[in-house]
Amino acid sequence: MKYSYFPGCSMESTAKSYRLATEYVMGRIGIELIEIKDWNCCGATSGHALNELLGLALPARSLAIAEREEPELDIVTGCASCYARLRHAMHKARTDNASRYNIEKTIEEPYGAKREVYNFLDILTSEAAKTAIRENVTGGLRGLKVACYYGCLNVRPAEVTGAPDRENPQAMDEIVALAGADPVDWAFKTECCGAAHQNDAASVTRPLVWRILKNAQANGAEAVVTACPMCNLNLEMRQDGYTKKTGGKAIPVFSVSELLAVAMGASAGRIALEAHHVPAAKVLASALRRHGEGFAI
Amino acid sequence: MSRIGVFVCHCGTNIASTVDPERVAAASRGIPGVAFAAEYKYMCSEPGQQMIKDAIREQKLDRIVIASCSPRMHEITFRKMLKGTDVNPYMLEIANIREQCSWVHTDKEKATAKAVDLVRMSVSKASKNEPLFTSTIPVTKKALVIGGGIAGIQAALDIADAGHEVTLIEREPSIGGKMAMLDKTFPTLDCSACISTPKMVDVGAHPNITLRTSCEVTGVSGYIGNFEVSIRQKARYVNHDVCTGCGLCETKCPVKVTSEFNQGLSTRPAIFKLFPQAVPSKPVIDKEHCRKLREGKCGICEKLCPLGCIHYEDEDRDFTEPFGAILIATGYRLIDWGALYGEYGGGRYKDVLSGLQFERTVNAAGPTEGHIVRPSDGKEPETVVIVKCVGSRDPKKGKGYCSRACCMYAAKHAHQILDKLPGTRVFLFYIDVRTPGKGYEEFYDQTRKDGAVYVRGRISKIYEEKGQLICQGEDTLLGQQVRVRADMVILETAMEPSAGVEELTSLLGVARDGNNWVQEAHPKLRPVETQVGGVFLAGACQGPKDIPDTVSQASAAAAKVIGLLNKSEMETSPMISAVERDKCSGCGACVNICPYTAISLQEIDDRLGARRIKREVASVNAGLCQGCGACTSACRTGALDLLGFKNAQILEEVDALCL
Repeated sequence: MKYSYFPGCSMESTAKSYRLATEYVMGRIGIELIEIKDWNCCGATSGHALNELLGLALPARSLAIAEREEPELDIVTGCASCYARLRHAMHKARTDNASRYNIEKTIEEPYGAKREVYNFLDILTSEAAKTAIRENVTGGLRGLKVACYYGCLNVRPAEVTGAPDRENPQAMDEIVALAGADPVDWAFKTECCGAAHQNDAASVTRPLVWRILKNAQANGAEAVVTACPMCNLNLEMRQDGYTKKTGGKAIPVFSVSELLAVAMGASAGRIALEAHHVPAAKVLASALRRHGEGFAI
Repeated sequence: MSRIGVFVCHCGTNIASTVDPERVAAASRGIPGVAFAAEYKYMCSEPGQQMIKDAIREQKLDRIVIASCSPRMHEITFRKMLKGTDVNPYMLEIANIREQCSWVHTDKEKATAKAVDLVRMSVSKASKNEPLFTSTIPVTKKALVIGGGIAGIQAALDIADAGHEVTLIEREPSIGGKMAMLDKTFPTLDCSACISTPKMVDVGAHPNITLRTSCEVTGVSGYIGNFEVSIRQKARYVNHDVCTGCGLCETKCPVKVTSEFNQGLSTRPAIFKLFPQAVPSKPVIDKEHCRKLREGKCGICEKLCPLGCIHYEDEDRDFTEPFGAILIATGYRLIDWGALYGEYGGGRYKDVLSGLQFERTVNAAGPTEGHIVRPSDGKEPETVVIVKCVGSRDPKKGKGYCSRACCMYAAKHAHQILDKLPGTRVFLFYIDVRTPGKGYEEFYDQTRKDGAVYVRGRISKIYEEKGQLICQGEDTLLGQQVRVRADMVILETAMEPSAGVEELTSLLGVARDGNNWVQEAHPKLRPVETQVGGVFLAGACQGPKDIPDTVSQASAAAAKVIGLLNKSEMETSPMISAVERDKCSGCGACVNICPYTAISLQEIDDRLGARRIKREVASVNAGLCQGCGACTSACRTGALDLLGFKNAQILEEVDALCL
């Protein structure tokens, strides 16, 4: 399987381990990601709030390049914010001719919106990918209880994403179960993490994160698994107040790619697991050890 | 040359304030064919009608144009008036100078000029009018009521009491509908069963009512007064002619099925009565779950039955019966909130109940014998949250409309909780509180005095934490987020039309509105009729309704049915389609376009040169045709014409305006 790949800025910065793990996992299950040539900022979060056309044209430019260079390939991204912006541009170009005209005029290039935009969860739950995952995992993560956190933009808004269930989605739970871990049933899968407002409205948005972590732990989760670098950053790096103010216990947060990579036998160093603020390696190592498997930290 | 009389109405000041009737009358006198013109304050009044009649006699008028309100208002009035004169009632034209002129314009000059144009058009059309004559058709003096809820029950009893035969069909094994599931009814708190079950018994015992349960309509043909309805009697596997309803068969059935009547809160056997007070009080076998019918093993109920009533080889039976009138009373169902509201758990949490589940819980004949307890652990709740408008007034996820009954039964639920479990904390989250009904506002007020806390705002999310339900939402009066730790949540969910209403209305040719409710012929003037002659409606099939409104409407619909059945024959409108056979090519375009299935192809003998041939031409059923005119515009050869609205008449009007 081949896809045009939109990495997004986080993959180049805060989400190093997510990127390395993704490269490792995709290689193992035979998915080739072809990075879009000269891709640019997707516009999140401020673009569409300032100017609708800007918010559409920024992602559309990258999509137009992808469709020009690799007309047979669908597009995939690993970031929920990028996914939302790319998907909005695709949806708008498909459903609103006037918008499409304005977009094309702005980016000075035709954009047919002929190919789909997917997130990692979509491509990892294709039948071929699931079979490949099944064949590549060791089963060493059995019994590791994790809470799958989807964030809002991987599923919303429904008319743009087409996600079948916005409140209790199942795709990541399915992947995590294939990796051998044990997804818990919990209530905050798609609650807001505060996104970029963690920077400017901390007093409002910090409790949002704490609420999510609290519910995950109340339902028995040992770690939270994400499919978005922004979600991961917020849930992981905003735990200070959680432990100090609310008396919560720190909980590791890592991406679904990292979980899969470890389940497939990657070492901690290989995927830069040490880059996490809340140590992530320990919980994975102890899960593996329960089944007599070693884990190079 | 025709002698047309033009009569211009002032309609008090409704017309006269924007249109000058005297000038309209004066201008009319100059139109060719007009022999007389006059104006008067109220043309529809007794002196106004007398003025027209006198003019007909004195001026020897043969056609009449009345410039007044919409023909939907008074065309029938003036036609009736013409019956006593020498002018045929269909030699009348109405120029609508009120709704389509004076009411919508402000400039008197221009409005008057437009009124003159409208009169000129009507005069032109009238000059082409031909006398039309009504015919009569016989009426089968028997009514079919579809649906055995409280609407169907009330209507069937009223029609039967008036001396007419009624067949009441119900697809469930018992009549009773939703009302039989309820505990108490607002605002009087009388017990639902005590007031509905006696009516059910009356239906079963009434000499004029034939009750057919487990039945569905499969086909409808014919027209007002003369319907032929095909009905399918679903296999019951129990001989109801012999069965005494002793209940022995149910005692040893090994199968446990989720009880529909108890809304999933208990189980029932595969051979079962819908509920203990069912009418008919006899069991049926659920073939989807019966072990004998599925696997060929078991047969316990057959062995137990002392009268040999069990027949596993029973089959569906189809039969056809004639009826003069049909009444739709198919009611409503509640939306599948679990599929729409994932934020409320989507059905994952046991202690989040629908309003109807709560009715079964609080009902003395329900699964908990009326004790208000949590389904999860059987404990009494200390805090209950009631959420209103779940699916109602929410066009994005549910329905745009208000379900009307929920505000009141939510208040009733709060009252019942506070009555049975004093000290319980009850919070009701609402958008608005709507209590338009006799005694309703007082009931709501009393519920608040009882201690129910009304919070204006919606619940955004419900989730489980430590065995409790956390209800998160907003109090929009305080402008604050609120969170309630509840032991039980009741969702007052939206009503939607019953399953199968699309198929039934298609068979009947009856229209539905945008939300699939059955469409009445006119919301104010013909609220219990459909646009198909002889087909009436009652109750929640037309839109959300509470019990008092449903019963009133059922009696109203029954009155209409009785009015129809009291006639031995009835007049039909002569303004229907007619075929000019010579022009008809038999293409059948009209057959496909007719919404009332009134047109069919008929084989006729004809000549082609010297040869005798047989060919097909369109044929219009006068009983079915409603005069909509769709066929006349579909006809390629112009063979079809609508009497009273012939193409030539309409063109004459257009010419009068444009040439």
